[in-house]
Amino acid sequence: MKKIATGNKAVAEAVRQVTPGVVAAYPITPQTEIVEQIAEFVSSGELKSRYIAVESEHSAMAACIGASITGTRTFTATSSHGLLYMHEMTNWAAGARLPIVMANVNRSLGPGWNIWAEHTDALQERDTGWLQVYVSSVQEAYDTTLMAFRIAEHNDVLLPVMVNLDGFTLSHIMQPLETVEPGDFIPPLHLAHAIDVTKPAGYGGLTGPDQQFRFRWDIERSMRDSVKIIEATEKEFGSRFGRTYGFTEDYCCEDADVIVIAMGTLGKEAEVAVDLLRRDGIKAGSMRLRWFRPFPKLNLKGKQVVVIDRDYSFGRGGILATEIMAQTKESVFSVIAGIGGQEVTYNDIADFVRNRRTGEEFWFGVNDHV
Amino acid sequence: MFEIRIHSRGGQGGVTAARLFALAAIHDGKYATACPFYGAERRGAPIVSFVRIDDRPIKIYSQIKKPDMVIVLDASVMDVVDVLQGLKKSGKVLINSAQPREFAGFSSVHVDLTGIALKENLVVAGSPILNTPVLGALAKMGLISVDSARQAIREMFSDERNVKAAEATYTEMRI
Repeated sequence: MKKIATGNKAVAEAVRQVTPGVVAAYPITPQTEIVEQIAEFVSSGELKSRYIAVESEHSAMAACIGASITGTRTFTATSSHGLLYMHEMTNWAAGARLPIVMANVNRSLGPGWNIWAEHTDALQERDTGWLQVYVSSVQEAYDTTLMAFRIAEHNDVLLPVMVNLDGFTLSHIMQPLETVEPGDFIPPLHLAHAIDVTKPAGYGGLTGPDQQFRFRWDIERSMRDSVKIIEATEKEFGSRFGRTYGFTEDYCCEDADVIVIAMGTLGKEAEVAVDLLRRDGIKAGSMRLRWFRPFPKLNLKGKQVVVIDRDYSFGRGGILATEIMAQTKESVFSVIAGIGGQEVTYNDIADFVRNRRTGEEFWFGVNDHV
Repeated sequence: MFEIRIHSRGGQGGVTAARLFALAAIHDGKYATACPFYGAERRGAPIVSFVRIDDRPIKIYSQIKKPDMVIVLDASVMDVVDVLQGLKKSGKVLINSAQPREFAGFSSVHVDLTGIALKENLVVAGSPILNTPVLGALAKMGLISVDSARQAIREMFSDERNVKAAEATYTEMRI
């Protein structure tokens, strides 16, 4: 039967189906519905998990780390300042090679007090060793949360995965949702380095200058290995359940002269802009970036590129644009739009493409700078 | 694409009305999305929610600026909100009212959802429920099928009075 669900409820439903041993989370707008729904599943007995109601996000991640190191499947969810409060522990989770899955509902950072969509929260976690994926529909939020567990827990990865969905725009929109029976698509977790009281071992002890770099390199090696695991997992998901994704979702890119790159819901709305532009004879395409870590190799040869950043690194530029400019020699027009939930329509995106000035940066809505 | 804006007050179920409308459209084999506009909502404050219905998957997340139809669940919001803002010239207004209302330049239909809810004893915490009866009006206007309206209501509410109120609306409404 066809259902309707919000992005938040879709994530919670996927979590229910994979049955984590432990969920530890602290509510924050606009993520609250995820933890409320999971708490309801636990109290009604639909989900046989231990739900730990912690007093802060730092403790949420610490509890997830403690649970995960025992070899149990672990999930948490947060947003914005909650994610930043976890920051010390997110580094620890990746360093300890724990396959924790987290949903982050992307939200702006204060001050001012803003509860609406922006990607700067998750992108401040860029260098922690977490895999990061950004979704653009309720269905994709559900499918990707399922796949996140499979990818994180793969022996060649064993790194935490963060599934990002835009605050309100996606977390609260109601769209059709088809659920699946995951079955053995999500095999039981076997964590080889789980603590075992019959075989005592030390964890996170003093690591000297002659060893530390080996552990860091090992994270990077797994991050590189995760590319083929992500590809294989998404391929298997497609053959089992009929929906395929990828590192990017490309729309009309093959013959395009100019390609729009964005993440999340703006990347989906960009496809509507492409339709408009094509009607006007402008050969545009859209490349919605799903996986930000590991960052994919993009084929942009011979294309002009318009990058929309719903984020910013002060003193440098749009974070996604910076990543793309580091990878390609093609000229990039960097657009900063959608900050703190700023309304951006497909007409606006079409205008970014029509009025592009490659090599420049454009803050949507800030007239002084254009 | 058919785009609808719903005006109500916080607590009256405008967001649930959007959800039920979208769910019924999905049962009709269409694609639909429903979303509230999130500002500083609270009980009693004017709020808006949106529904999009199309034959193809919907990729648009930005707000509806030029709706094809406006639904007014509480006529008192018209004192403080311009419910006709951006409404397409060919657009239509559906208003919860016992009497017909004039909307300069726009066609409108009315139905007494509050009266029907009271008659069916569909009252929660002293407030008549409007979001399930309104599905009867949408079915009458041909926007959703009667069967899908019933199915959507039953999936969300176990109390059959909701279905009865929607059926009563369908029967009583004149278009």
